[in-house]
Amino acid sequence: MQRIGVFVCWCGSNIAATVDVEAVSQALSHEAGVVFSTNYQYMCSQAGQEMIQAAIHEHRLTGVVICSCSPRMHENTFRKTCERAGINPYMVEIANIREQCSWIHKDKAVGTEKAIILGRAAIAKVLLNAPLTAGTSPVTKRALVIGGGIAGIQTALDIADAGFEVDIVEKEPTIGGKMTQIDKTFPTLDCAACILTPKMVDAAQNEKIKIYAYSQVEAVKGFVGNFTVTIRRKARYVDEEKCTGCGLCTEKCPQKKVPNAFNLGLDTRRAIYIPFAQAVPKIATIDADYCTMLKTGKCGVCSKVCTAGAIDYHQQDTLIEEHYGAIVVATGYNPIQLDQFDEFAYSHSPDVVTSLELERLMNAAGPTGGTLLRPSDKTHPHTLVFVQCVGSRCDGGEKGKPYCSKICCMYTAKHAMLIREKYPDTEVYVFYIDVRTPGKNFDEFYRRAVEEYGVHYIKGMVGKVTPQNGKLYVQAADLLGGQQLKIEADMVVLAAAIEPDKSARPLATMLTASMDTNDFFTEAHPKLRPVESPTAGIFLSGACQGPKDIPETVAQAGAAASKVIGLLVKDHLVCNPCVAESNELMCNGCSACEKVCPYGAITYIDKEFRGPNRTTLLRRIAQVNPAVCQGCGACTVACPSGAMDLKGFSNGQIMAEVDAICR
Amino acid sequence: MNDAVETVRRISGVNPLKCMKCGKCTATCPAYDEMEYHPHQFVDMVANGRLEELMGSKGIYLCLSCFACVERCPRNVKPGALVEAVRLMVIRQQEQNHLKPQEIPALLEESLPQQAITSALRKYRR
Repeated sequence: MQRIGVFVCWCGSNIAATVDVEAVSQALSHEAGVVFSTNYQYMCSQAGQEMIQAAIHEHRLTGVVICSCSPRMHENTFRKTCERAGINPYMVEIANIREQCSWIHKDKAVGTEKAIILGRAAIAKVLLNAPLTAGTSPVTKRALVIGGGIAGIQTALDIADAGFEVDIVEKEPTIGGKMTQIDKTFPTLDCAACILTPKMVDAAQNEKIKIYAYSQVEAVKGFVGNFTVTIRRKARYVDEEKCTGCGLCTEKCPQKKVPNAFNLGLDTRRAIYIPFAQAVPKIATIDADYCTMLKTGKCGVCSKVCTAGAIDYHQQDTLIEEHYGAIVVATGYNPIQLDQFDEFAYSHSPDVVTSLELERLMNAAGPTGGTLLRPSDKTHPHTLVFVQCVGSRCDGGEKGKPYCSKICCMYTAKHAMLIREKYPDTEVYVFYIDVRTPGKNFDEFYRRAVEEYGVHYIKGMVGKVTPQNGKLYVQAADLLGGQQLKIEADMVVLAAAIEPDKSARPLATMLTASMDTNDFFTEAHPKLRPVESPTAGIFLSGACQGPKDIPETVAQAGAAASKVIGLLVKDHLVCNPCVAESNELMCNGCSACEKVCPYGAITYIDKEFRGPNRTTLLRRIAQVNPAVCQGCGACTVACPSGAMDLKGFSNGQIMAEVDAICR
Repeated sequence: MNDAVETVRRISGVNPLKCMKCGKCTATCPAYDEMEYHPHQFVDMVANGRLEELMGSKGIYLCLSCFACVERCPRNVKPGALVEAVRLMVIRQQEQNHLKPQEIPALLEESLPQQAITSALRKYRR
């Protein structure tokens, strides 16, 4: 028979104000198996813990019930307290009489009655508890970073800096991400490439970092410390080992009419290409959608001009399998498609551009060589209209996103300022709903655009843009001035909302990492665990978790790296001993559990059983690998014969709790 | 007046508090110059219970009901639907000036032609 001690916590007045703690400890002292019952102001305090330990020794307790706050808060504290006093930590149960009782009731009589019932249920469970010992699993000391933008690069550099190997998987031919397409960065106006490319080179040269560019994660198996990842290395049709990145092929290729994705389709490139001069790795890639040789078998110019003999038209995608201890998601963002915003004439006029397109139009490596020219007739624009919040802060279902994209206010101020600085003869209008500039030196930056650079900031929205006779007629509201404006503009720039990259959703499924309704990855706790996914071993870096500017992304990348390092320095991880267990005598080998197990922890073996009259029979039975099982309990629900049970949460224990509540 | 706001909300199916005051409705309105209260002001006035002013304004009849504001509102506030709801409020109020059918018998006069009574009942039998 167990000897159980009950400890009721007041939590100051948090519990004691709505629950008569004395009555609870009195009532629970009469329960079967209870040999000691008391209450105290703060059980989690040093004095409270010592009181528990003294009672364990004095009353030779075998099980402990703590009536206190949620087990999320202090279960670990009390388990350790009891372990130090010689009791198995899994002989401790918490009855949550704060979050689930005192905080939600006003009537003390009701609260007290419920607290007694919850305590009774915990006692009923402890009576059936058995000591459990946690096993350990080894940690693969290598990390995977999915996405090679500034978030992924920074995370990889920080992990490598701590001495761990780290691989970057990037779906584009080069790492660098969106930051490579940006001209200048706010609020310092330094050149984005100048601060990014050294980091790209660092990553490429770091011995600990391996870059899988033009590759994608195909499948993920395993669990924290022991992930097995299949990576698809897409065919470049160029041998990465041989290509020197001289770029001769990209000059000689006769297929000249390929929309240049790096410049967002504002100019064209060849079918064999290197995205930009500082690409890492600097290896040419053949665009299979446009290459004449791959489509018709007639051409082969690149192969002829390549002195290194790197061109290989027969290259195939290859799949490689690697092992990792931790995975960092850094899949980033994209501006939304603007097809549905017909009123801004984005699809009707080339002079209506998105802000990212404007970055390319102002960049020295862009299609205009850094001179701002209208895409339609290559003339210098004199009047520019910026429209904020295009697709952000929308509440119209399909059209737009409900959230604020966060970065647009600042980059629009940057664009407006740069244009006024470079071309003082232009008039720049910014139509805003709110100007949101929280951040160090951010509001000062915006004010400078207004006060020093004379950008016309107008509170209101653009209603429609009509392209006519080479001009863009903009009809807009000036809410503070109380007038409807009609502006004859040369260019209109739309601050398109940003959304998570399309690859994020299938990746989340592979990683069993949760997402919100907007496809941003969810963090384990919005305040206290902002860089971890609720799935153990998965970490979040950058805009895949929510809209972010560069400084914030870099900060989060470093934070994610430190969490990864904290995991990888461990040789072993302590496993959760509350894992599934199959009763082999009851198992009928139906495979139902194997099918529902998300971790692949269940296998089947044929085992010999003794039958009647000295016969033996071979039966197929389930076996759980305790190192792989995460204790989710899906198998216990699926098992038709009731053979599967979860240690520490067995069906018997849960039914005993229900019985105790209903008594 | 809160009851009236509630009625407008019910008729239009719009919660004016969803408005983020971007002014896209006003920017888009082709009848802007004709209306004394512009669409974004209209939404704000409904939200703040200034319905009497709106019901007395000519603007509610000048609205073209082109629904450009409804189409383009990023918050799904539908200023056009609110204008229509306020118009309906005026019409409903007008109805309150009429006699209720059950009040008629007490007012009947011998000299009143029977036909007038019948047609009045037909017209207002709802």
